[in-house]
Amino acid sequence: MTSEAVNTAAGGSTATGTGADTIVDAGTRGVGANVGRPDGVPKVQGRFAFSSDLWADDFLWGHTLRSPHASALIRGIDIGPAVAMAGVYAVLLADDVPGCLTYGLEHGDQPALADGQVRYVGEPVALVAADHPDIARRAAEAIVVDYEVTEPVTDAEAAPTADPIHPDGNIFREIAIRHGDLDVTGEVVVEGVYEVGMQDQAFMGPESGMALPDEDGSVELFVSTQWLHVDREQIAACLGIDEEKVRLTLAGVGGAFGAREDLSLQVHLCLLALHTGKPVKMVYSRDESFLGHVHRHPAKMWYRHHADRCGRLVKVEARIVLDGGAYASTSSAVIANASCFAAGPYKVPAAHIVGLAARTNNPPCGAMRGFGAVQTCFGHESQMDKLAAALDMDPVELRLLNAIAPGDRLVTGQVITGTFPTAEVIRQCAYAPEPEIPPSDDRRDLPGGSGRTTDAADTVRGTGFAVGFKNLMFSEGYDDYSSAACRVSDGVATITCACAEVGQGFVTLAQQIARTELGVDEVILAPAQTATIGSAGSSSASRQTWMSGGAVQAACREVRTQILADMAADWGVSPDGLVLRDGLVVSLDGQQEALLAQVTAGAGYEADVEYHHAPTEPLDENGQGNAHVSFACAAHRATVDVDPDLGLVRVRDITTAQDVGRILNPTQAVGQIEGGIAQGLGLALMEEIVLDDGLVRNASFTDYVIPTTLDMPDVTIAAFVEEPEPGAPYGAKGIGEPPTISSSAAIAAAVRAATGQPLPRIPIRPADIALG
Amino acid sequence: MSDVVVARSLDEAQGALADHPGATVLAGGTDLMVEINRGLRRPSHVVGVAQVPELRQWSIADDRVIVGGGVTYTEMMTTPLADAAPALAQAARTVGSPPIRNAGTLGGNLGTASPAGDTLPVLAALNAKIVVVGPDGERRMALDDFVVGVKRTSLRPGELIVRAEMDRPAGRQEFLKIGPRNAMVISMAGLALVADHDARAVRCALGAVAAGIPRARVAEAWVAERIDWDNGAGVDDEVAAEFGQRVAAASSPIDDHRSTAAYRRHAVAVLATRALKRAFTEEGAADA
Amino acid sequence: MPDPYSLRVNGVDCEVADSDLAESLLFVLRERLGLTGTKNACTEGECSSCAVLIDGVLTCSCLVLAATAAGQEVTTVEGLSNGRDGLSVVQEAFVDEGAVQCGFCTPGLIVAVHDLLEANADPSDGDVREALSGNLCRCTGYGRILAAVNTAAEAKRSQP
Repeated sequence: MTSEAVNTAAGGSTATGTGADTIVDAGTRGVGANVGRPDGVPKVQGRFAFSSDLWADDFLWGHTLRSPHASALIRGIDIGPAVAMAGVYAVLLADDVPGCLTYGLEHGDQPALADGQVRYVGEPVALVAADHPDIARRAAEAIVVDYEVTEPVTDAEAAPTADPIHPDGNIFREIAIRHGDLDVTGEVVVEGVYEVGMQDQAFMGPESGMALPDEDGSVELFVSTQWLHVDREQIAACLGIDEEKVRLTLAGVGGAFGAREDLSLQVHLCLLALHTGKPVKMVYSRDESFLGHVHRHPAKMWYRHHADRCGRLVKVEARIVLDGGAYASTSSAVIANASCFAAGPYKVPAAHIVGLAARTNNPPCGAMRGFGAVQTCFGHESQMDKLAAALDMDPVELRLLNAIAPGDRLVTGQVITGTFPTAEVIRQCAYAPEPEIPPSDDRRDLPGGSGRTTDAADTVRGTGFAVGFKNLMFSEGYDDYSSAACRVSDGVATITCACAEVGQGFVTLAQQIARTELGVDEVILAPAQTATIGSAGSSSASRQTWMSGGAVQAACREVRTQILADMAADWGVSPDGLVLRDGLVVSLDGQQEALLAQVTAGAGYEADVEYHHAPTEPLDENGQGNAHVSFACAAHRATVDVDPDLGLVRVRDITTAQDVGRILNPTQAVGQIEGGIAQGLGLALMEEIVLDDGLVRNASFTDYVIPTTLDMPDVTIAAFVEEPEPGAPYGAKGIGEPPTISSSAAIAAAVRAATGQPLPRIPIRPADIALG
Repeated sequence: MSDVVVARSLDEAQGALADHPGATVLAGGTDLMVEINRGLRRPSHVVGVAQVPELRQWSIADDRVIVGGGVTYTEMMTTPLADAAPALAQAARTVGSPPIRNAGTLGGNLGTASPAGDTLPVLAALNAKIVVVGPDGERRMALDDFVVGVKRTSLRPGELIVRAEMDRPAGRQEFLKIGPRNAMVISMAGLALVADHDARAVRCALGAVAAGIPRARVAEAWVAERIDWDNGAGVDDEVAAEFGQRVAAASSPIDDHRSTAAYRRHAVAVLATRALKRAFTEEGAADA
Repeated sequence: MPDPYSLRVNGVDCEVADSDLAESLLFVLRERLGLTGTKNACTEGECSSCAVLIDGVLTCSCLVLAATAAGQEVTTVEGLSNGRDGLSVVQEAFVDEGAVQCGFCTPGLIVAVHDLLEANADPSDGDVREALSGNLCRCTGYGRILAAVNTAAEAKRSQP
């Protein structure tokens, strides 16, 4: 898409609500404007420092020895040969972890280093620090581990009744949602079993960082992460020192998508640095990265939908099994999400949904963009198409008939109180003009691409549609607040916030917000670190625009109030008649004016705030409760060309509409939508961690393939549906996840439409189409 | 690694190999460096041959095309080689990405000897002779005698791949390859098919579906008798489909993390059918 | 330790001492010469984040044994800027079009697009997509990147 197309898309947005806030005019660089990233110039010049670009005098390289077995007891470890190697400074084992051996985001069940037992392939067993990365690697290879290999549990459905893999058992969480009259049955019933493979976040910048020890026993860590403060909490516990003695600074993050929410090398780096007394750097190789972070949960889902003859949903039954892998990570929240949103954005009077997240000896699974909603969206949207076919009804009409709206109840009993324009999103996407795709003999436009497998005559076209939704922010009573500080001095604003910039563009937004609220142009962003500010919460769950955006807005407003109060006193007027604008304090009656730079000369004004969202509740034993803060939805229409004989697919267009609340930066919004769709395309057609008895068979970019420029089509944004969300800063909803939720389902539906095959599993492999 | 020699001539390269017969030859680096970066190989002596002028030469004669071991995939696509050996150019275009094609070479593809090596089916279908030189002088051999197993060659210590000499038959050439996405893929199945109107022969070889690079000789002979060589060399759909099945019989694929044996066998049949139709029908001729 | 060797990078001769000869050009650029603009995403030639020009040829620096590049002219992303704050038309287009998110793939793309537009001033959409098919990006879905390439090509064509 060209830049004109972006403008068209923004111009085509539908604004049907009223603004939740009054946006102060800040020229062309405030909220709502197409402002460029503050880190854009250094990034295009190669001057931006990522976490793998760090350097310190006399630093050492760390390396991790990992388990080659999915399940084994460790009878002994001989580190002698490694210690004896020249250039090796430390070899550490579980016994060298001074504090709590285990960590975890929700349950601390994962050892920082394996203690007598390994539970998945890739589990860290030993650490080495050496003066060259290859020496560190060789030393790790020289460590002799005596394993007694045991039979792994690799089937999530069988795990609950298998011998416990871990003292905490093989069930992370079972959840049951019982809603409405469960005895009701529909006149039309469709049933299906669906499967989703294990996707990887596959960010480009591998896990990396540097730890610097201090003489007082404290440690400074520069690292790429999604949540500095929760990292610090877990690191400090493992190191057995106070949190104040662990200081984290965000180093440049090369993408995240959920994979940096859990710890990877954080504890290891700090251990090695404190042990050797030297700075230690670690950079995972690509194959190690695939083993070193959590993946998207693979899912098996059974569904039964009941509807009346007109197509109104009567009841949805579902059973969802997620493979959580060896350790808990965020499995209990992911299965809650998968279950809560299992019926889709529809009015469903009765629902019985059972979710299970099980422990296996497969790689641990946790957060990835969409967080449980992706898996069940593939299930419910496949079912909606099946139901439409059974009813002989147009699939879009069926969705519109059942679309949920404000005032309706979710299957968790929660009444939607915010904006939720599901029907409008469906209409805007489904009824957008069909893309014009001229016939092409250029093989680059055809399935198989440069492989020259396919002529235009070998292809069939199909179109598919899907809609999905999820929650914004954390749920079930969790208070995932954010903190921010604002200082205005000499007319320049400085914003401090520990929000992890992972590529999403929060840094741009923070500046836009400060400009809008303070009428300044120059906004400095202080480094994101633990020592200077409180937690910002995680850069996940589509929450930072709302939460850290809200914190920045509140901090700026607090400073504005202070300034206006002082000037009002000086001028003997009411502060209500004063505003900050264009670097000035001015009275609306035009009588008074002062330069903000003079007003804030020297120490200036400062405010430090914590921003909380409305509280939520845990789910009760029937899975009922007001567990979520807010919701957002998106719809996708995919047009694909398929070579059915070879099972090859070329996606030709994705058209989308999305519930965004309000757009704060159109270009960044387009970037989130296009990028999210690419990850959905990958899951639909090519991305899967292939396991063989727990062993990852494709831990490389050679064999874990993600979409290239020849796989990703142009995206047509039919509409940003702008209905400002009450309570959200500027009415803006998070937009990062919805593009990933229903794009996979839409593509799968399009391939089904082209081929007539049932295709109950994603990613769809060539053999699934060609051999049926 | 104790020693890296960047050879500037064939003599220098041979001399360096004579000094260290166990030395590892480094061409474009697209396979070897992956293993070195991962610590899977730690050669003590490396002889770089990317800058050996003799290996970078190619020539085209009426009946023959000679491609030096140091000729890159990009050169196969962008020089007159693309017209003289079109299937080689088609195969080269499917290898990796532009920077990989700028670095990777024919000699490297041969030396790695992966069943998924994209140029290898083309060489097999063009009856290529692989020429190597070493302490015992020059040896010429067919691809079958050069590639002796999965990633195994008959190269002797101190020997260097110098060039491949292939036929230049009168007729269309086709290379088709299946991967898991639309660019930058390792082959799940590949096929080269060459029509030789003078010899009234069809030659077809397969990649990524056997331990070696099998020629579908039975199918080749079968189909050669069913092509109307005198009248426009047409082929009907039933023959093409049957040919596909017979070519698939020459494959012996396995299940692995990239695909299944069943799919590969099926895919080979489809690819062979399509390649034959492209090579022998008017639509195919129009596509040339 | 092996003998030092010299690399010519962005027009400057740089001595590489105390290195292990098994080091890739990527490693030497980043860890020995401090040129960290060239990125380390896969070290197997599958992502092009480490793309540089060697004697003007687009190459994955992870697949070059550094010592074999002695005597050749290496150009990295740092060498494509016109001075510290000066941006090439390609860099400017990437900034203006929102083609940068996390930015890890960006340097490799900048080098690849420079290479593409040197060879082809008016590439078709298919040409651009094929030329950049080896540059993996996980954030953008490529839309803004392709827009930036079009913008850069237009800007370059309109230059005197």
